Amino acid sequence: MSMMKIFNISGSAISAQSQRLNVVASNMANAESLAGPDGQTYKSRQVVFQTEPTKDGGAGVKVSSIIEDKTPAKRVYEPGHPMADGEGFITQSNVNVVEEMVNMMSASRSYQNNIEVMNTARQLLQKTLQLGQS
Amino acid sequence: MPARLTESIDFHGSALMLRAERQKVLAGNIANADTPGFAARDFDFKAALADATGAQSGPAMAKPSASAFVVSTTHIGHVAGSGSGDTGASRIDSTAMKYRNAEQPSLDGNTVDLDRERANFADNALRYEAALRFINGSVRNMLSAIRGD
Repeated sequence: MSMMKIFNISGSAISAQSQRLNVVASNMANAESLAGPDGQTYKSRQVVFQTEPTKDGGAGVKVSSIIEDKTPAKRVYEPGHPMADGEGFITQSNVNVVEEMVNMMSASRSYQNNIEVMNTARQLLQKTLQLGQS
Repeated sequence: MPARLTESIDFHGSALMLRAERQKVLAGNIANADTPGFAARDFDFKAALADATGAQSGPAMAKPSASAFVVSTTHIGHVAGSGSGDTGASRIDSTAMKYRNAEQPSLDGNTVDLDRERANFADNALRYEAALRFINGSVRNMLSAIRGD
């Protein structure tokens, strides 16, 4: 019954999108993090989606890897800050908050879309189960 | 004659299986709306249905066989007495799957048009329900004919 596979397909998409939301959340949380004792700042992370074909021709999704953004860290002039360097700059993470907001909205829309797909499949299956009755 | 009785149900049954298959393909497209390089797929429902039902155009189109004792394959699940067997409606040949032409291709190579896919998904769901109702109607008709009330 191929209708059952829809739950696997949309389920994989939902799981992938929620992982993307997770990554967005950790990026947003660390948007203003400063460099730690090792001098390394938080690097913005991005998920990479990949199609995962199911056995019978369906197409699920998986997160194949999480990559770190290579853009240089933000340097902000704040001479009064206790962690400022000799020139008065502090080093913040390279997270672009606006980009992350857009990312979050896109992920949440895709999540909703897949939920709706599952709902439709569920309704159809329920009606199929009632086939021949009444 | 017994074959004629269930002919309509068989036809709509094949249509139902194909609709479920298409629903799955469309769900895959929607699931991969954000996957870079994913090419949206679909298949020609009309051709697939004609293929599955042996190119008969409707439920009441079967020709009467010359001899009553010829083994005829009136159902997609029947094994033909000779010749090539049918693959059945539940599985779409991979060659029948086609890639959608992207109207607004994106830079990452993804060709899923989410609006279009959702519209197709809703349309297909409706037609699935229609096939279900046709089958239900046939069953009800047959039952009332059997009961005679």
